[in-house]
Amino acid sequence: MKIQLVDIAHARSGDKGDTANVGLIALKPQWYPILAHYVSRERVAHHFLGQITGDVVRFELPNLYALNFLLHGALDGGGTLSLKTDAQGKVYSTALLRMTLDIPDADARAVGLPGA
Amino acid sequence: MSSHESETPTPRVVRVASGQGFWGDWLEAPRRQVEGGQVDYLMLDYLAEVTMSIVQKQKERDPRMGYARDFIGAMQSIFPAVADRGVKVIANAGGVNPNACADAVLEAAEQAGVRGKIRVGVVTGDDILDRLDELLAAGHPLANMDTGEPLTSIRDRVLSANAYIGSTPIVEALAQGANVVVTGRSTDTALTMAPLRHEFGWAVDDWDRLAAGIVAGHILECGAQSSGGNCLHEWRTIPDLANVGYPIAEAMADGSFVISKHPGTGGRISVPSVTEQLVYEMGDPHAYITPDVVADFTSIRLEDAGENRVRVHGITGGPPTPFLKVSIAYRAGFKAVGSLVYAWPDAMEKAQAADRILRERLDRLGLRFDQVLSEYVGATATHGALAGDGRGAPEVQWRIGVRGNDRAAVERFTREIAPLVLNGPPSVTGFAGGRPKVEEIVAYWPALLDKRAVTTAVRIQE
Repeated sequence: MKIQLVDIAHARSGDKGDTANVGLIALKPQWYPILAHYVSRERVAHHFLGQITGDVVRFELPNLYALNFLLHGALDGGGTLSLKTDAQGKVYSTALLRMTLDIPDADARAVGLPGA
Repeated sequence: MSSHESETPTPRVVRVASGQGFWGDWLEAPRRQVEGGQVDYLMLDYLAEVTMSIVQKQKERDPRMGYARDFIGAMQSIFPAVADRGVKVIANAGGVNPNACADAVLEAAEQAGVRGKIRVGVVTGDDILDRLDELLAAGHPLANMDTGEPLTSIRDRVLSANAYIGSTPIVEALAQGANVVVTGRSTDTALTMAPLRHEFGWAVDDWDRLAAGIVAGHILECGAQSSGGNCLHEWRTIPDLANVGYPIAEAMADGSFVISKHPGTGGRISVPSVTEQLVYEMGDPHAYITPDVVADFTSIRLEDAGENRVRVHGITGGPPTPFLKVSIAYRAGFKAVGSLVYAWPDAMEKAQAADRILRERLDRLGLRFDQVLSEYVGATATHGALAGDGRGAPEVQWRIGVRGNDRAAVERFTREIAPLVLNGPPSVTGFAGGRPKVEEIVAYWPALLDKRAVTTAVRIQE
């Protein structure tokens, strides 16, 4: 089945220089393994292709049922240099939640994903 | 409370309340925090990366300025609690002039008739602007942490330079009896950790407890951002944000704490709201580096502890690095951003046509910029192509910005927007604000500095 991250996760993002971070948090603890398995570094890099100029780094926080992504080169120089509306990367969070995952039905049912 | 717990003596709780998440935050918050219920400390965070340069410019114009003026208003609104009820205040409002800030606090105390009851602890030593050349000569490269460039490449354009200092001088000020502590560029988290160290006597190498203080500080440092503000999780159901309660850490000697807010206030404290704040501006969660300790955010345990109460425990940490982070602000050219609004039909296509026309005119004028950025607000400005192509949008704000070192070129750019109202694509409006303003860019240069090169000092003023 296909499911959009916005239906299984929430998120907050912030900045450090020209890097945006996105913390992606499972809406239910039992959905964290889905995030950990499917939302890979490569997947996120592909999602933001053309929008960021640097690498993506990924960290796992199973204690918070969360992943943390660093999106380098995401802010047009960052801080006061940036000309972007979102110069501080505040809404990269919901941009990530646009991602759609393709999950085998059995896996989706096993953790009770919505619509599974 | 279970019957078992009720038999054990209640552990001592120290309540640290957050009253300001940045310079510009809610003016009501400090007073509401000291009047809404029992608190022991009020922490106020005023400094963001760009703030130091703003206050430096203010100090250049007037040597008695250079600090967060809002703090004086905040103090005026809470003097009764500080003077008569023992609430202590810790704020990094001192900017580049903590002494002038302390003077202004005492002046306001005088006017409020409480001068004899206010002891201000002033923390200095973070400001290394006047020492930059000496530090460079002594072999501290102060290279840009992100790019590796040496400081010499921007040395002549530096406006301010401050080391992020930790909790120790604040603890000293509290030990000397200060009930208001004013610092310059101390870390945001130190404002919360210092009173916990002072109250519980945590040792300087008690890494786990110090790390707990850092985590408490991280949860408090952005004000209501942990108590329902800017919270995506079930945002529609978060009650009464008009009356939002700012977070309070109810801390215990063992390093565990409960995040709460005053009764009768709006907002929400829940595991999801606190988690959102924990991941905010996070780097490597295994190593949240501060001058006092390196905290491991993968050790944090959160649990629901009742309505609007989240218990935080299990935190571990390790020894800090031999460096302090340094924040250097420098002049980096000029920028301007202008915008026009295009309406249906074909709003996006009209906005894109305007953008092509303007860029062609800038080219023909021979204007050169380091960067020209066009965005389409209402369509793709924040989420780019992930949001689609903007076709069919009922209206689009075309927003174009330039930056470069040639002020005259940026100035000329600001005069090229308005003509498009009459000589560009149709269905255009939204130029009521007039020509965009040219802004000097003050950019941020992060660097590391050997801790031994920075000595802090504490002075009590009353």
